[in-house]
Order: sequence, then C-alpha cells, then structure tokens
Amino acid sequence: MEIKVLGPGCTKCHEAEKIMRTVVEEAGVAATIEKVSDFQQIAKHGVFSTPAVVIDGQIKCVGKVPSKAEAMGWLK
Amino acid sequence: MQPDNLHNSVVNPQSAPLHAPSAKIKILTGLAGLALWFSLYRQLHNLAGYLAFSLFGLTPGSRLGEAMLFFFYDTPKVLMLLTLIVYGVGVLRSFFTPERTRKILAGKRESVGNVLAALLGIVTPFCSCSAVPLFIGFVTAGIPLGVTFSFLISAPMVNEVALVLLYGLLGWKVAALYLGTGLLIAIVAGWTIGRLQLEHHIEDWVREMHVNASDIPDEKLTWVERLGHGKAAVRDIVGKVWIYVVLGIAVGAGIHGYVPEGFMASIMGKGVWWSVPAAVLIGIPMYSNAAGIVPVVQALLGKGAALGTVLAFMMSVIALSLPEMVILRKVLKPRLIAVFIGVVGIGIMLVGYLFNIII
Repeated sequence: MEIKVLGPGCTKCHEAEKIMRTVVEEAGVAATIEKVSDFQQIAKHGVFSTPAVVIDGQIKCVGKVPSKAEAMGWLK
Repeated sequence: MQPDNLHNSVVNPQSAPLHAPSAKIKILTGLAGLALWFSLYRQLHNLAGYLAFSLFGLTPGSRLGEAMLFFFYDTPKVLMLLTLIVYGVGVLRSFFTPERTRKILAGKRESVGNVLAALLGIVTPFCSCSAVPLFIGFVTAGIPLGVTFSFLISAPMVNEVALVLLYGLLGWKVAALYLGTGLLIAIVAGWTIGRLQLEHHIEDWVREMHVNASDIPDEKLTWVERLGHGKAAVRDIVGKVWIYVVLGIAVGAGIHGYVPEGFMASIMGKGVWWSVPAAVLIGIPMYSNAAGIVPVVQALLGKGAALGTVLAFMMSVIALSLPEMVILRKVLKPRLIAVFIGVVGIGIMLVGYLFNIII
C-alpha cells in the first residue's frame, strides 16, 4: 500500500502525516508513507486544498486532518 | 436546529453509531449551553465591577481601577463572543468546501464572479498555507485571474475573528463598515487585476499544467458531524488566539488607564494626511493576527487616533502579509505580486481616507 500525505508543511499537514503513521502502525499493515510538499506534485494529483491523503492513487480526503477512525477505515 | 434535520442525521447510515438518544442529548446540552452563555454574558458588567472594585478593592474612577475594570469586562466578553461565533461559523463552513467553491466559480463571468468569489472567501474553509494549491486549482479550472484574486483577498481579510473583536470592542457599526469595505476592496481589487491582463505573469509551469478533474469524494455530512466541525473550529481557533486576545486587551487596558487623552491625535489623527499611507506601509511586514491588534487599536481610538487610519492599519496587517507574498511567489512572477500589493494597498488607503472624511 502506498500512502501519500499532500501538504506544503503547516501544522495541519504534519498532524495528518502523524495520524497516518500511527494508524498504519496500529493496523500492522505494510505501507509506505510519503510526505509530498512540492506544489507541482500536489497539483498533479488534482488536489488543491491541503492536507490531503492519497492511497494507491486514490484521493481519500482533502482539506482536513482525517480522524483516526476515518484513516483506519481506509486501510481495510 | 430543526427537528427534521436531526431526524435525517439519525436515519443516515453513516452515523450508525449515533443513535437517536445520544443525538438528542447532544442537542439538549447544546441548548442548555446556549442559555447559560446568554445569562452569563448579561452579567459580565456586574461581574467585572465586582472583581475590580469589591474583590480587588480598587477605587472606581482611579487609573488602575478603570484599567482593571476594562480588562475584567472586555476579556471574558470577547472570549465568549469568539467562542459562540467561531462555533457558528465552523458549522456554517461545513456546508462549503474549496472544491464546491471552485465548481460555483468556474464558468462565471467576471464582475459577477468577483462578487461571488469575495463572498465565498468568507465562508470557504481553507488553511492559509493552502493558498498556493488553491490558486493553482482555481486557475487551472479556468476561473479568471481577477476572480481568483477576489477570493484570495477576501478570505484572510474578512474573517470571523476580526469581526467578533471589532463588534465586541468597537460596536456593530464599525464591524459592519469593516465587513462592507473589506468585501468591496476584494471585489474591486480583483476586478482591476483582471482588467490588467496579467495572465502571463503567472509562473509558466502553472499555466502549462493540465489538471484532470479528479474524483474527489464529495462528503455528505450529518448534522451531528457538522456540529462536530463547529467544536473543532473552537478548539482550533479559540485555542490559538485566546492568548493574543488577553495580551491585546491587557495592553489596551494599560493605554486606557495611563495614556493621556488626545495623545494619538498628532500622529494618527484626522488632520495628519500621511498617517493613512504610513499605517498601510507599517502594516505590510507586520504579521499579527486580528485578535491581538484590535484591542490595541480600540484603545488608540480612545486617545484621538482617527477611525479611517486605524482601519487601514488593521486591514493592511491582516490582508497584506509578507509570509503570504513569499509563498505566492512560487506561482506568481514578481510583477504580479507587486501589482497585487499595489492594488490592494491603494484600496485600503482609499478606505482609510474615506472614513477619515465622513466620520
């Protein structure tokens, strides 16, 4: 599983990344987590409100920090 | 809230764990909280008087006494107003997303688009560091540059924290003036930038970018979730700005009690023509939030500063921030940034002079 957290690097983006890391660890799934902060890369995903989470190329959420329960749901 | 909405939220399968009783209990606690809020709010004046003059034994009319009364009254008042309004705006914003706003603005003519963009700037939630992705998203969707700017100017300038503080400390008239002129600047400045045909001053990689409309999930929220958004907004915003409110009011209280009347008249008074441009220039590099600046501004008004000058200063601090310019440089060429600062700055100055003349 390939998880990308998109965001230039403000507090909210860091929070989103942290939540994804915690959730992956807790669920015990094999996944790579990448933080994407380059604007060009973010735009290429068609995302324009950050933070956003993309899993295996699919946009899961935009413009907010996901809740833990929500993030857990995406891993299944 | 209406009962049928509540019903909807319960039926919605997404909210399966929230059964009817728990939602009802939430609504009841909310109403009880609101009632408590109002009864407490009405008592603030008496409470402040009690704290300053009975508990601390200060003399009414003395310098320290007046400063403390001001502090004990205004701090809880502003914090309470802030909590209520931020909560309400948080719930309201759950109806708007940048994706929806983009859909509304795409395909709108200029002028109508400028007005809509400025209005949507108030209610669309977006984190200030999203300015660049949002800019790209708007421009690649074919939204005219000027319309995009109307949004980007209005979003930070007309914000609920500034409005609450203006209302709480300076009254509804000043808050309404700020809201009206802030929107007007966003509309006219955006429209002007659109007229100047500066599209080629957007960085090339943005213009060459073809973003395919992506399958971003459009969320359907239940009422319970929307109220949760309100709560999150309070935690997020009030949790961050309360300290600036307290510090700002403390400084304001000091000015109230100790700075002589008319002290500011010679520097920021109506008769000083250069004070408006000076206020705008000083405001650009200052990156303070509205929470800290309004209480100080209010105290200065009491000492002879002119309202127009003070409003211009506030708008410049909030709407033209250096960090935002630095971040926008990634998508805009320097010339366009200069035009942006110039047009908005002139708009703010005109507002400043206008108020100094009519009030």
